[in-house]
Amino acid sequence: MALGVTKKEKIDDLAESAGVSLAASAWKRLRRSPVFLIGAGITAVFVVLSILSPWLAPHDPGDPMLITQVIKARNEIPAPQPGHPLGGDLQGRDFLSRMLVGSQQTLIVGVGATLIGLTGGLILGTLAGAIGGWVDSVVMRLVDVMLSLPALLLAFSIAAMFARPSQFSVIIAISIVQIPVFARLLRGSMLAQRGSDHVLAATSLGVKRGAIIFRHMLPNSLGPVIVQSTLVLATAIIEAAALSFLGLGNPNDRVPEWGQMLGDVQKVFDTHPHLAVWPAVCIIIVALGFTLMGETLREALDPKNRR
Amino acid sequence: MALLEVRDLTVVFERKGEDPFRAVDGVSFDVEPGQTVGLVGESGCGKSVTSLAIMGLLPKRGARVTGSVVYDGTELLKLSDREMRDRRGRDLGMVFQDPLSSLNPVIPIGVQVSEVLERHRGMSRKEAMSEAKDLLDKVGIPDPNRRLTEYPHQLSGGMRQRALIAIALACRPKLLIADEPTTALDVTIQAQILALMKELVQDLGTALVMITHDLGVVAGLCDEVNVLYAGKVVEKAMRHELFARPRHPYTHGLLASIPRLDAPRGEKLTPIKGSVSDNIPWAQGCAFAPRCPNALDLCFSETPAEEDQLGRLLRCHNPVVPGTPAVEEVPV
Amino acid sequence: MLRYTIRRLIQLVGVVLVLSLLLFAWLRSLPGGPVSALLGERATPESRAALTKQLGLDQPILIQYFKFLGRALSGDFGVSNGVQPGDSAMEIFLQRFPATVELSVFALVIAIVFGIPLGYLAAKRRGTWFDNSSVIGSLVGVAIPVFFLAYVLKDVFSKALGLPSTGRQDAIEATRVTGFFTLDGILTGEWDATFNALEHLILPALALSSIPFAVIFRITRAAVLDVLDEDFVRTAESKGLTAQVIRRRHVLRNAMLPVVTTVGLQTGALLSGAVLTEKVFGFAGVGEALALGFERRDYPVLLLLIIMATIVYVLVNLLVDLSYALIDPRIRAR
Repeated sequence: MALGVTKKEKIDDLAESAGVSLAASAWKRLRRSPVFLIGAGITAVFVVLSILSPWLAPHDPGDPMLITQVIKARNEIPAPQPGHPLGGDLQGRDFLSRMLVGSQQTLIVGVGATLIGLTGGLILGTLAGAIGGWVDSVVMRLVDVMLSLPALLLAFSIAAMFARPSQFSVIIAISIVQIPVFARLLRGSMLAQRGSDHVLAATSLGVKRGAIIFRHMLPNSLGPVIVQSTLVLATAIIEAAALSFLGLGNPNDRVPEWGQMLGDVQKVFDTHPHLAVWPAVCIIIVALGFTLMGETLREALDPKNRR
Repeated sequence: MALLEVRDLTVVFERKGEDPFRAVDGVSFDVEPGQTVGLVGESGCGKSVTSLAIMGLLPKRGARVTGSVVYDGTELLKLSDREMRDRRGRDLGMVFQDPLSSLNPVIPIGVQVSEVLERHRGMSRKEAMSEAKDLLDKVGIPDPNRRLTEYPHQLSGGMRQRALIAIALACRPKLLIADEPTTALDVTIQAQILALMKELVQDLGTALVMITHDLGVVAGLCDEVNVLYAGKVVEKAMRHELFARPRHPYTHGLLASIPRLDAPRGEKLTPIKGSVSDNIPWAQGCAFAPRCPNALDLCFSETPAEEDQLGRLLRCHNPVVPGTPAVEEVPV
Repeated sequence: MLRYTIRRLIQLVGVVLVLSLLLFAWLRSLPGGPVSALLGERATPESRAALTKQLGLDQPILIQYFKFLGRALSGDFGVSNGVQPGDSAMEIFLQRFPATVELSVFALVIAIVFGIPLGYLAAKRRGTWFDNSSVIGSLVGVAIPVFFLAYVLKDVFSKALGLPSTGRQDAIEATRVTGFFTLDGILTGEWDATFNALEHLILPALALSSIPFAVIFRITRAAVLDVLDEDFVRTAESKGLTAQVIRRRHVLRNAMLPVVTTVGLQTGALLSGAVLTEKVFGFAGVGEALALGFERRDYPVLLLLIIMATIVYVLVNLLVDLSYALIDPRIRAR
């Protein structure tokens, strides 16, 4: 070992050499994968659109500006017309503005649910995997109980616990279901690393346990966590729609979300299908974008595919 | 006429977006009936790919095989997939390196032996099972009746390799190809398996192509030896010729890097410098030149041709002078 | 094997107990408690007090839980107040359970019959347009919200194909034996009843099968790709076996191991998906009862059905794990 290199730097080198080369070779392959580029492209367009949507939307998505047309035509929805290229919805609100603003709410629900699920799973999984012993047993039993309910049914049940559903209750219901998934993932990755060379090296040099967990083990679990998060973003958006469909979604639709728009129009699906088709197609495309990205990432990060 | 004539066999792997890779580069050799021929070299020299190409087991997409492989008068490379299936297992048998992963984990040993008999000798399951029992007995598996219904994970490593040998020899093929059959085994078991193979080949009159990186295996078994380097045969000779007077610096180096019990105390082992990754392409000279102690300037610019020297084939600009001791100080 | 089964069953009892405690605590924590849930928020104080006493809610919470547990063990989960007001929750479950089983089995059969062969083909033709397009197709299948697909099938395809779009059977004369309408018709020889029930099953089962199909397809493809790389497949090829024998005996048999687990886990997707699909098609099963229960906050029914769904889900996965041993001798040994 060269003089002048502190032991900390040396261990960091050991820890990073694995992670960095894997990330680098993965990125090299991803850049050439058309499937990944399509997924990343969809995601990028979606994120940019949802950030800019308040300025892009021509009207207030909650303003029933075309309500007179709805009343006059006896609950017929306003057709596309100058200033309202997609027409209006059942309450006479500008449909294009609702679709645009809806992208932002959809992103908020997806990212919010993923972040909360990830944080919960991170805490539980790290506790179980890094500490082990009885903490591990307790955490894993808890995870087992949560996993013994079909996932979506668990989300429905949690959503039904809230007396007054809101955007918050939707996010909570979707995120709690993801906690055991993330917890298992992190625990597995921690356990695998506890026996690995760079962690052993750090331990033998007397680095504190906390430092090992946060400097060495967590960063190396990042790959699978990122993959899982991308996939969860997709399911979160789809599940939000299912919650609204069952009347467990956010009842306040002044500022809409795509899943909510899709779930709320079930009664007029046969007469005004486009009110459902627009948000549905957007949900499918965005969920597909996240999934394509996640799956190609997973494949690229899989050491089995490194050649 | 030779049983197997391999002429100018070349295998090129092609992957989208990558340079094509020549794993085997114009390899030629003959196998006479009942003869044992060795293909020797480090990992990555193309010896396994050669065997898979002869058996027609390379993937159809991605691997381009050219040249000629004539078995008993038939050009194997021109056979259809169906015709080749009829030959594999019946005329040509093969034993692989890792006996655990080479056996199907979820099927009893008996079925894995008998299915080849059912396929090629038209036996019923019952006849095949009874024949399989005899085969297991012949390869030295104790209590063969019980083993028939057992699964690979219930057998020891040596036992599994014996079962694989039984499978390969079930239809009494005239040619057996063994690809590093002892590498995955314990040293004591290695010797047993080699002895068994030697005995079986002699009894059945089977010709054997033995692929190995282990010159000890060659010394005990082979009549003729082909030394492969980077996809080309660099030296070919009868066994004792090769061991007594290695001419190619690579062969010389291989022999020098074997620890010998009869060497004087204090004598140093001489490893070959570098690794296969130091190679230069054959088109630019001799692939071994960067690692070769005898290398001349010529070796880096001109590909050495294959020369016939009294029954020995050699591909070298500056061969080792016979009698040079296989010991040399190399700064490591 | 037996000890393993018993251990898993004990675990199941534990899970159900914990779950019932959680659900029970949930019911009690509802704003206003179960009294408001039963009587609505505008009930008079007198009727509230009477019901509180009648339900034993004035007693300590643990005693309440054990009383609830005692009643639950005898099958008494209370009376529905929203799905089918007046009926007991258990009655609703027993009456609707066969419908959901029928629908789920039908959907699972569709998913397996198409998913496994397509997955095998895609793996064999890795990298071809067939492989790429079916992988993308399966990803789209997962991305479509189930209830949206159900509506599309109901409003577009039922008209185009002339298939019924609501209910389990038309109002025709049919004898009830098992509660499985397709089976009843076969048992009684009322073939038109079976045919009619099948017609009603097709569209909801198709909608419900979308996610299990996509998942089974992709797992099969991945598993076959893994197995094709295995040494023993090369050994099988070196024996000159026919392509069919290699496919059946060597590739598929080994590839089925992960697929079987996936099929078990897909019961979860089926149970959740049934809630959405049955609601769209007005299919009178457990899923529809759950959907109505969530909508109308029918807590006794929800409690029973969620517990039952959990038991079914865990039991199916236990069966799947046991069947694993039939395929894989390495597990049998343990």
